[in-house]
Amino acid sequence: MTISRADLEKVAVLARIRLDDEQIPALENDLSNILSLVDQLSAANTDNVEPLAHPLDAVQRLRADEVTESNQREAFQAIAPATESGLYLVPRVIE
Amino acid sequence: MHNKSVAELSRELESGKISSVELTRELLDRIKAEDGQYNSFITVTEDLAMADAKAADEQRAAGNANAWTGVPFAHKDIFCTNGVATTAGSKMLANFVPPYDATVVANFRAAGAVCLGKTNMDEFAMGSSTESSFFGPVTNPWGLNKDEKRVPGGSSGGSAAAIAARLVPAATATDTGGSIRQPAALCGVTGLKSTYGRVSRYGMIAFASSLDQGGTMARTAEDNALMLNVMAGFDPKDSTSADRAVPDYTATLNQPLKGLRVGLPKEYFSDQLNPAMEQQVRNAVKEYEKLGATVKEVSLPHAELAIAAYYVIAPAEASANLSRFDGVRYGYRCDNPQDLNDLYTRTRAEGFGNEVKRRILVGTYALSAGYFDAYYLKAQKVRRLIQQDFINAFKEVDVLMSPVSPSPAFVQGEKTSDPVTMYLEDIFTIAVNLAGVPAMSVPAGFVDGLPVGLQIIGNYFEEARLLNAAHQFQQVTGWHQKFPQ
Repeated sequence: MTISRADLEKVAVLARIRLDDEQIPALENDLSNILSLVDQLSAANTDNVEPLAHPLDAVQRLRADEVTESNQREAFQAIAPATESGLYLVPRVIE
Repeated sequence: MHNKSVAELSRELESGKISSVELTRELLDRIKAEDGQYNSFITVTEDLAMADAKAADEQRAAGNANAWTGVPFAHKDIFCTNGVATTAGSKMLANFVPPYDATVVANFRAAGAVCLGKTNMDEFAMGSSTESSFFGPVTNPWGLNKDEKRVPGGSSGGSAAAIAARLVPAATATDTGGSIRQPAALCGVTGLKSTYGRVSRYGMIAFASSLDQGGTMARTAEDNALMLNVMAGFDPKDSTSADRAVPDYTATLNQPLKGLRVGLPKEYFSDQLNPAMEQQVRNAVKEYEKLGATVKEVSLPHAELAIAAYYVIAPAEASANLSRFDGVRYGYRCDNPQDLNDLYTRTRAEGFGNEVKRRILVGTYALSAGYFDAYYLKAQKVRRLIQQDFINAFKEVDVLMSPVSPSPAFVQGEKTSDPVTMYLEDIFTIAVNLAGVPAMSVPAGFVDGLPVGLQIIGNYFEEARLLNAAHQFQQVTGWHQKFPQ
């Protein structure tokens, strides 16, 4: 299994990771090797096998609908790259 | 003092032979003098440690001490520590100072243990050699007399190296595919990955959430039991935490092993295994026979599919977990973002290292439209088959024994050029994470002067049985007491 340059570029867009042109050949090679390793799976007979998402087959636990956390906005925003008036700042999105 | 175990130090503190302040000072000085050659710590918290040691001595004087009060140790830098940098070995989090404690951290704090700092690790716990850390590689204290420096294993290589170098008697660690057991094996220390759900993941920076599990590392099985006593337990803040009673793991250490049924999975004694390593592992199994265990061969028929299933599931979960690093709320942000997309894509391109990027891309690919069924769903089905192998094996035997790694500590740089070569380092450890069962690595000999680990795998929530088996082995062998020159 190999991954094409077009697929790699598409996946990088989905993953929001900018790739420089010079990185692409090595990444194509590495990812193709990883996918070849993973291709062993196709040989396994998994007819009538249920997928396993959680080792203990546990389901999401529910709790009472009560407030358990206090507001810590200042503490959280103190470590943010850019904030103003309690808001996180990002580059302008709407002109 | 630096050669002593947690249990021994605890007794020395109790008897008043030494104070926590003296002990903490000694180990901090040792880290300063020695860690330049290992790079096992990312952050050393000298002032906090000395203050905690003083408080621990006061707690003891007031008669409120437990086994951990005043005992120094370290946390893997994946556990969030309130007010202390927590980096996960990444540039992305190099400036991250969490505003809260992980549950594991809070538990050790409540016990009065003295944290000396945060140990180095592969970036976001993705690796088997601790070479992918943004803060530089860790060097194994073993094999320094050889021509080339060796890796300590990974991803918890900092914790393992710090213990082997006797900078701390114990350290926390995490294991997603072998990240406790393999470095423990390569550094000649004792480590335990607990059952999935046994140790809270709250505040433990996520890599692959259905596989990640915290655990223990120290020189002896007894010390691992003391650590697990503090770490294990239900946590309402972790939605996958197991709501089950926690035994006193030290209470059963001295049970005799007569009648213990040991299984040797034939797939784990394959031709990928270094023959000298195999000999050491088989010698260790013979010790168990002398202790009264019965040994038989068993089969884990789907074992060879574990790496393939893991390298779909782990990257898929990682791609989702690591999507939170966007340069907006905390951590690294690129300079002068031109627009929102530039902020995201450049922050992530500059903040993540190569292995992390590879895994995010593989995971994104496996989860993308058109590939989900062929990769992710298929891997989850194979995961069920692998789990069933363990369930079937534990109908016949109490524990499984095998090597931890296919070969001893390798030379730095030897496996960094091809990711797949590095992935194969985990062929004997990875199925355990897919099944979610507990497993240990116990020092079991040397090959060419480098430590060999024996893996002991148990059924769900049978950590006490593993610790008992490891402790009894350590009563009749001295491998865990060997120190690097």
